[in-house]
Amino acid sequence: MELLSWGDRGWGDELFRATLMTLAVAALAFLIGLVFGTAGAAAKLSRWRVARAAADGYTTVLRGVPDLLVIYLFYFGGSSVLMTIASMFGHTGFIGVDAFTTGAIAIAIINGAYSTEVIRGAVLAVPKGEIEAARAVGMSDALLFRRIMIPQVLRFALPGLGNVWQLALKETALISVTGLVEIMRQSTIASGSTKKPFTFFAAAAVLYLILTTLSTWGFQRAETWSARGVRRA
Amino acid sequence: MIKRTLPILAALAAAVLFAGAPAFGQAKKVKIATEGAYAPWNFTDASGKLAGFEVDLAAELCKRMKVECEVIAQDWDGIIPALNAGKYDAIMAGMSITEKRREVINFSNPYAATPAVMVVLKSSPIAKALPLGDTYSLNKTTPEADKAIAAVKVALKGKAVGAQVSTTHANFLETYLKSEVEIRPYKTTEQHDLDLTAGRIDAALAAMSYWKPLLDKPEGKDMVMVGPSFTGGVFGSGVGIGMRKADGSLLAEFNKAVAEATADGTIKKLSMQWFKFDTTPQ
Amino acid sequence: MDLPFLWNTARELIAGVPLMFQLVSLSLALGLVLATLVALVRLSPWPVLSGVAYGYVYVFRGTPLLVQVFLIYYGLGQFEWIRESFLWIFLRQPYWCAILALTLNTGAYGSEIIRGGLQAVPWGQVEAGRACGMSGWLLFRRITLPIAVRQALPAYGNEMILMVKATSLASIITMLEITGIAQRLISQTYRAIEILLVAGAIYLLINFLLTRAVKALEHWLSPHLRDAPAPVLPNAALVH
Repeated sequence: MELLSWGDRGWGDELFRATLMTLAVAALAFLIGLVFGTAGAAAKLSRWRVARAAADGYTTVLRGVPDLLVIYLFYFGGSSVLMTIASMFGHTGFIGVDAFTTGAIAIAIINGAYSTEVIRGAVLAVPKGEIEAARAVGMSDALLFRRIMIPQVLRFALPGLGNVWQLALKETALISVTGLVEIMRQSTIASGSTKKPFTFFAAAAVLYLILTTLSTWGFQRAETWSARGVRRA
Repeated sequence: MIKRTLPILAALAAAVLFAGAPAFGQAKKVKIATEGAYAPWNFTDASGKLAGFEVDLAAELCKRMKVECEVIAQDWDGIIPALNAGKYDAIMAGMSITEKRREVINFSNPYAATPAVMVVLKSSPIAKALPLGDTYSLNKTTPEADKAIAAVKVALKGKAVGAQVSTTHANFLETYLKSEVEIRPYKTTEQHDLDLTAGRIDAALAAMSYWKPLLDKPEGKDMVMVGPSFTGGVFGSGVGIGMRKADGSLLAEFNKAVAEATADGTIKKLSMQWFKFDTTPQ
Repeated sequence: MDLPFLWNTARELIAGVPLMFQLVSLSLALGLVLATLVALVRLSPWPVLSGVAYGYVYVFRGTPLLVQVFLIYYGLGQFEWIRESFLWIFLRQPYWCAILALTLNTGAYGSEIIRGGLQAVPWGQVEAGRACGMSGWLLFRRITLPIAVRQALPAYGNEMILMVKATSLASIITMLEITGIAQRLISQTYRAIEILLVAGAIYLLINFLLTRAVKALEHWLSPHLRDAPAPVLPNAALVH
């Protein structure tokens, strides 16, 4: 137990900081993933065939390739892609992206594929009749979007997005391979240096369980709140 | 409606993507990657900081080069690709200078040299069958070295041997022992130590400078070095600082700093402090 | 683009497919048995057993697979009494550690899918079965099981794909499946991006075939949802 204590002798404070890092990466990845997801869903529901095909390709590839490979690819390939883009604007030399940004974007892209499906499903779940009714009373596209679509899509998407968030939390464990000191990497370092792997991986498991439990609770609260205007059978 | 929101969302996605942009390419500061899991060369202490021979040496070299340095941790198996991808400017991670690596990166002159040797548990029959022997150079084939390797082959036939992936040690196993032993690649040396203690592998191959301090510690009390040790050949010519091929000026600066630190005994002092023996290249 | 290099890489990586296939099929088979047991226990009237099953599902769904793999592989080796027990015959081999971790993981997710499938069987169908005089095993075999399987199949298909992807983590505990070989190749050539892209393409192809197979199975199990064959009537045109 002394191994898990606070301060310079134990690994407690390091693990705590690592937990905050996990949360920060997961949160950033989830939010960027929502942007990708919204774009993906919009593309899947759009009338342009090219957009639909692109979005289909995106979700198919990201759901068919192991997350570990995607993260490695971003880590090794992210900079060269950025450098190619930068050289088009006349910038030369190396551009480094730190492990935090790489990890967050890689997970965001994986997560975006899941968010795409969730948001698309939620958009399709909005009753057609309500949209027709809104048009019949003369709402403009923007107004219809704001008053009819957004509130319902958010409500329908919430349970699915809760799952996507949990996935993001768990996927952050894989970013440990890029050197970002989050829960998984910190426990690997600690178990390597103390030769007590069970202690530290069990501690890691407990930390993840705490995070996922709190998230489940939070999303349930949010679901109840978002459904406060819905009559139950 | 959805059609019109699409470009806006795309723009938003791009904006979020490039919000991290200030992190790219800042003022001149040399970033040095180390593994942080290869004590006493480099490791992470209980306060979460990087420490070890190379962390101290990096500080000494940077002082001589009059540049600001930052030592960061990077997993071993991606350490060369990530250098070439521009994540940092130099590698100081107990990396041997080999021809294979020279094809993709530049090396400074060596700042350490250490033979490779195998370790088994004291209770293992190999400990008796294959006592610690001499050091052989693999730079050219000699009957002595061939005999030493043949003895290793006999003692390890059918055994599982661990080495860190992408090291000269793993390369040695692939080159010389592939048909005799089951090679297990590990992400870190600490992990093959755990598996050696747990009895999952029969032997592990790493640098003598890694084993010596470990065997003096309580964690290493059950382990013992066995068989011949090797230098040269697949093991390369000493440990050097890895840099991108394009960074010629940095290479010159590092070479100068290494020469100075060798000449004034700094490297020897650090080596005695961390390894308890002199690893200065001869 | 260096096509010969890509081709060689692909040939080397494909050597890892049999191991991946073994890991997936064995852990899915064992996991399915475990998942069914856990699902039945969770729906059973015994609170203690059902609580244990819930705890298992909760822990394995609430933590990353990577933690589970490390805990089983490196973690269990920390204890001398495990190393001296008969369990060590299996646990000392990375192969069985990978199988164990993957099985426990898919068992937890699978049990939720099966539970969902069983709960989705319409009560009316069960009542109808009872009314025809079926009970117990016959009722389960003829009514509950076929409907539950059909309900659970799409979600289970997803789980199978996730397992194919999950095998890539076995590379971290020294197994040379596709990702493990990819890492070895990267360490020899340092051409990370090309090798990773080829590896990704292989996984994608495997998952594509798997998706197709599951779709075909779904189609075969759902004759009642397909369009009936067009009736051959002289006035067929009038029907529409």
